[in-house]
Amino acid sequence: MRTPAILSVLGEDRVGLVAAISRVLADAGANIEDIRQTIIGGVFSMTMLVTVDEDATPFDELQALLAAAGEEIGVQVTFQREDVFRFMHRI
Amino acid sequence: MLNISPEEIVETLLMITQQNLDIRTVTLGLSLEDCADEDLNVMSEKVYRAVTERAERLVPVCDAISREYGIPIVNKRIAVTPMAQLASACRDADVTPLAEALDRAAREVGVDFVGGFSALVHKGTGDGDARLIASIPHALSTTERVCASVNVASTRAGINMDAVLRMAEAIKETALLTAERDSFGCGKLVVFSNMVEDNPFMAGAMHGAGEPDAVVNVGISGPGVVRAVVSALPDDADLTSVAEAIKATAFKITRAGELIAREAARRLGVQMGIVDLSLAPTPAEGDSVADIIEAIGVKRCGGPGTTTALALLNDAVKKGGAMGTSSTGGLSGAFIPVSEDAGMVRAVTDGALTLEKLEAMTSVCSVGLDMIVVPGDTPPETLAAVIADACAIGVINNKTTATRLIPAAGKSVGDTVEYGGLFGAAPVMSVNGWAGTKLIRRGGRFPAPLGSLRN
Repeated sequence: MRTPAILSVLGEDRVGLVAAISRVLADAGANIEDIRQTIIGGVFSMTMLVTVDEDATPFDELQALLAAAGEEIGVQVTFQREDVFRFMHRI
Repeated sequence: MLNISPEEIVETLLMITQQNLDIRTVTLGLSLEDCADEDLNVMSEKVYRAVTERAERLVPVCDAISREYGIPIVNKRIAVTPMAQLASACRDADVTPLAEALDRAAREVGVDFVGGFSALVHKGTGDGDARLIASIPHALSTTERVCASVNVASTRAGINMDAVLRMAEAIKETALLTAERDSFGCGKLVVFSNMVEDNPFMAGAMHGAGEPDAVVNVGISGPGVVRAVVSALPDDADLTSVAEAIKATAFKITRAGELIAREAARRLGVQMGIVDLSLAPTPAEGDSVADIIEAIGVKRCGGPGTTTALALLNDAVKKGGAMGTSSTGGLSGAFIPVSEDAGMVRAVTDGALTLEKLEAMTSVCSVGLDMIVVPGDTPPETLAAVIADACAIGVINNKTTATRLIPAAGKSVGDTVEYGGLFGAAPVMSVNGWAGTKLIRRGGRFPAPLGSLRN
């Protein structure tokens, strides 16, 4: 099952951040469809649209791996199914 | 491609992390009509087995959805067939074993409350109804997780005034039996007019006769989010702009509820019921309906202008919410429970909010006289008169009203009671001493109003 998800990183920008997160995704067989970086209210924000191959790595397992990676780098990583944003922000 | 902007994503994350956006409850409605048996013990065992089997997956499924979507689901609950229907099958005077079976089942499946120790007596009290009502004080004092509710009035039938007084007596009895916990039992007991069959919120949830065997109903939340949006508006924004901002926010909150409801129903393999568009406060600072009223521009909740602000809020939430789901239902109106809302408590403490103003507020939202602690020596006739006034508002205006009064044993005005958790804490409020005792003792039925003749 291929599940679209949104990965958001909030925190301080630093060297190797994108690489560290991307490594976890690549190892899990998850594909990055789009990636954006911006500063919102003085906070670095990175947003990725990711397609999760749940046959390779179940959603909750990848979620735990990403949370662990975020903790290591010192940023807040949130990984959610994409439809929650579509539902809340589009009619 | 990413068709959601990073700003929108951050907005959602802030709603969850800083403004208490959550799904207040996913409530599984279960019909237990097939558990009826003339032997109370056999029937109770059937109830226990039915609930534990049918609700077994509720909590794990909700927890998984909550993790995957990143939206907290605060409560997982169960609503069942009004137990008076089952009570009518047996002859026992005390049907507390049914409540105890529900309590054990709730603990087993990991839900904090199960609603449905209920009776509908708006037109008259049947034998099973009378035995259930007589059992309420005992049942609420010996169980932890069972909620009771009784419908005593409807627009179609009028008000069963005998039942109103009977419920006031049951409230007093419950208060005494749970005196060592500041009469906490009364926090699990609601008296309704125009009760709905699909309310997901406690303590008034039950699974009505018009419902399918099993159904998922969702109650949204989000006072903190609405308050943040209103507070961010300029001080000179006119009320149309305030309503517009609330409406847009209510849409987003409701969509989250709609998504969770669909997903929970799909994974549990049951029908999706309704999304209840109610703003439900919690004692958490900022997650308050009173704070929204104050952000709109009333100096302290309860002051002149409060009813206007609440009416505007309630209406805008419905308009935004109705766009967000085609399955509106339940109570769908702002909740103003005193003890569960830090802003309401502050307003009472400051002398701004009184029982009479809460009654006025009842006329423009769903559950007005909610979690109100009154002196323990308040006579039953006075409690009954307060309940009757709330019912009159509901019956005449064709809307639901609910009353959850706590005559805290041994407490008087000036004292504060602490219930903890979602139930919060509240100062004891004074009750007008000029009650309609004679009116209540007349009993009988307040006739169905002219407004009931709609065909």
